[in-house]
Amino acid sequence: MIRPKQDIDLRSGKYLKIWQGPNHPGITGNMSLELTVCGDEIVEATTHVGYLHRGFEKLMERRTYIQCFPIVCRIAVPEPDYNEYCFTAATEELGGIEIPERAVWLRMLILEMSRLASFLMWIGGQAGAFGMGTIGQWAVAHRDFMLDLFEELTGGRVYHMYIIPGGVRGPLPEGFEGRARKVLDKVEKLLAEIEIVMFHSVVFKMRAKDLGIITQDMVDQYGLVGPNARATGLARDIRKDQPYLYYDQLDFEVVTDTKSDAYNRAYLRWREMHQAVGLIRQILDRIPDKGDFHVKVPNVLHWKIPAGEAYVKAESTRGEYGFYIAADGTEYPRRVYVRGPSYSTAIPFMEDLLRGVNIADVAGLNVSLHTYPPEIER
Amino acid sequence: MSLRDILSPFYVWKRAFSKPFVVDKPLDERPGAPRYRGFHKNDMEKCIGCGTCSDICQNAAIDMVPVEGQETTKGDSGLRPMIDYGRCCWCALCVDVCTTGSLTMSNEYTWVDTDADVFRFVPGAEEKPWDSAELGYQRADNYSLLHHDRISMPMEDFDEGIHSFVEMVKGYSREQAQKEADRCVQCGICVAACPAHMDIPDYIKAVREGDLEEGLRLLYRTNPMSATCGRICTHKCEESCAMGHLGDPISIRWLKRYIIDQIPDNEFGRILNEEFAPNGKKVSIIGGGPGGLAAAYYLILMGYEVTIYESRSKAGGMLRYGVPEYRLPELQLDRDIDHVVKLGVKMMYNTRVGKDIDFKKLHEESDAIFIAIGLDQPYYMGIEGEDLPGVIPGLKLLDDVTEGRDPDIGKRVAVIGGGNVAMDACRVSRRLGCDVTLLYRRREEDMPADEEEIHDSKMEGVNIVTQAIPIKIEKGDPLTFVWGEAKMVDQGPGKRPNPELMEDRIHNDPFDTIISAIGQGGDFRFIPENLAESVKVKRGKIFTYEWNQTGDAKVFAGGDIANSTADAISAIADGHRAAKGIDMLLKGKL
Repeated sequence: MIRPKQDIDLRSGKYLKIWQGPNHPGITGNMSLELTVCGDEIVEATTHVGYLHRGFEKLMERRTYIQCFPIVCRIAVPEPDYNEYCFTAATEELGGIEIPERAVWLRMLILEMSRLASFLMWIGGQAGAFGMGTIGQWAVAHRDFMLDLFEELTGGRVYHMYIIPGGVRGPLPEGFEGRARKVLDKVEKLLAEIEIVMFHSVVFKMRAKDLGIITQDMVDQYGLVGPNARATGLARDIRKDQPYLYYDQLDFEVVTDTKSDAYNRAYLRWREMHQAVGLIRQILDRIPDKGDFHVKVPNVLHWKIPAGEAYVKAESTRGEYGFYIAADGTEYPRRVYVRGPSYSTAIPFMEDLLRGVNIADVAGLNVSLHTYPPEIER
Repeated sequence: MSLRDILSPFYVWKRAFSKPFVVDKPLDERPGAPRYRGFHKNDMEKCIGCGTCSDICQNAAIDMVPVEGQETTKGDSGLRPMIDYGRCCWCALCVDVCTTGSLTMSNEYTWVDTDADVFRFVPGAEEKPWDSAELGYQRADNYSLLHHDRISMPMEDFDEGIHSFVEMVKGYSREQAQKEADRCVQCGICVAACPAHMDIPDYIKAVREGDLEEGLRLLYRTNPMSATCGRICTHKCEESCAMGHLGDPISIRWLKRYIIDQIPDNEFGRILNEEFAPNGKKVSIIGGGPGGLAAAYYLILMGYEVTIYESRSKAGGMLRYGVPEYRLPELQLDRDIDHVVKLGVKMMYNTRVGKDIDFKKLHEESDAIFIAIGLDQPYYMGIEGEDLPGVIPGLKLLDDVTEGRDPDIGKRVAVIGGGNVAMDACRVSRRLGCDVTLLYRRREEDMPADEEEIHDSKMEGVNIVTQAIPIKIEKGDPLTFVWGEAKMVDQGPGKRPNPELMEDRIHNDPFDTIISAIGQGGDFRFIPENLAESVKVKRGKIFTYEWNQTGDAKVFAGGDIANSTADAISAIADGHRAAKGIDMLLKGKL
């Protein structure tokens, strides 16, 4: 339930203004909340961003399409691949490029690996926000095992720069599949442990249950997507609703819940981690080990993309992630607009949702909405 | 809330007894993955300093800088990439786009120094611990952002082609030309290699963007004989092309031809829009070949009154009389010449300087003279029987065919030589219905002829015999050609091996005609005695100084008669350079 705004007389002595951030308490990224509290209770919250602003969208207008490619991954640091995919796929759509089958599978592989890695980091943050730092250490250590895989596949641990116009930059390294499966087994084991120490913990249950409840009517009103929306019971997942790549060939169900509070959202994401592990296994089974993984695109140094517009979206860990590119027939994109789910979640929605929340739960609620500030400040 | 919920958090204690995840000494124990995008390595020998890495770098982290020990040569800018690790984001696009494959990355990722400036460095030039690293990011097999394969040129079928003199190369379509032009990385390495320093990357860009009028303007800035050069240029540019290192060079010549071919003759005037004001000074040009015409074009644009003295009835020189129709249709040559002549160049045909008009008189009457008479005196093999009827120079055959005379060479023809004239003689003879054998004293790779010419000759059924030394020609009908096989004798490092006759391998073959095409020299008799001191002839060429000036201040020389490369584009370059020199001279700046 969203509590209505109330008039606040700051000189009355009843209220206190405090700042949370921009040094972040969990893994929310550099963002600050200007909180007005009355006792322990938040009566007003304002989100302040700008600490990470690098002007990506503007930078891209002065760069050729291939030069945008190393930039886009920075827009959401923990899961750069969705940026790479959306940007590249939109460019390919405008440029009329069709990528080979093997590249499609490799793209799906890295997107799902990215989902798992991103959730591993998030779950550490979620637990940490409620004082359970140990889980964060376990999860981040396992994320590092995932990063090892990224490093092997792409040459980079954090910024993979793998999904390039025309396909991907390389095939699976020798023996990669075996090592990947070992990591997946480790992650599964970790998830089982996390279930015990987090979802069965009295601390977590008491603090997360009924915190920040999202109802179905808020979903469209605030433009909520991803697990935040799915936990309300809406089975919305772009991978199912408008399948891209070869998601229609994979076997999976959209994970939903019946009540979107911090606990259920966390549990839903935990289940989606299991789902990601399953999807990665399915993809590993089916990746062709022969064939092209890259098709030639026109010379990237002066690739002029015909005038037109394209919007490409993908289901990221936080829901619909999209790139809109307007091309004007030159070597440079006229406009690139990044639609990340964090903007609508962290600014208009969180400001409303925080009213009435206990100050101790702000960090936990913030993380349970899963936002990435760099993506707000493209 | 159950008891389990209260107890379960204590589960974490079990971790107290297990091995930690962290590695004690990560720098020692944790090498980068085999594909890790670590510090850069550059193979200085392979790198040609094309600067494509610098072009693609979106961080502007790469500067091309001169490096000690790296010299600028044709095909190598002498510059090498300097990378600023304060800017680099290790995206490895520089590695992906490297035209020679010299730039790679190691899997090394730690580098500690107190001096921030050291992190700007030239990989390969400064010794680094990771130079020898075997692992690190390299382009995967079958992956490249560049297009390495040339768009193949539509050609007349060879079997059909030898029945007529129709042009063999058909020319690119718009789509083909634009695709080929798209392969160019615009490094400009070719510009230095082109004798005329044509604006190659720019006119290729014009092709790519479909702005052919701009293309034409760019061509005429340095070369008024583009229809010709677009067909028969020796294309030194392509030999230096950066794309040629891992694939096929851009077909720069055919793209030039494409521009010219698309523009109708009557549009040239409007597009080039040449305007000039006569300045009243006279320049005489001896020889109406590519050198003379190029000089005439640039001189007339600078306002000079230009007269060309041409010994034949038409201009074009060796391009007309020495290059067969199937390589360069006369029509195309005429297009080039007509445009120059139309500007107001006075043409004195059938006027041989030294015979029909005195050089001295020209020297007195002109403010400057440019000599570009070319080489038209064939060399002799110096063997017995060379003066027999049926033994002719290659140039004569080509001349006869151009002039429409029947060369009457019979059925069996031997061509001696390995240059372009020899190839022309072979292919012309094939078109006249002869069986042709080419004999060359060295190996095929030693032939001075263009590779394409050798290839096309073979395709047209010319029998190429290498390491064959002519001994003598015996009288008779047919003639008997005596030649011997040769073995190649090593002359030590850096020298090309010499052929040596093997006395026991002598052949006697019958031929109706034996065509010798072993080169040609110049005829310098027109130079009067009083000028012989200043207009010097050295090693069969007129000796020139800067701006193609000879020892006589107002006499300039260029083309085959002066340069060592003896091809059309060098003659054009000479003409252009001499025109600038003459202009400077007459303005008192030289």
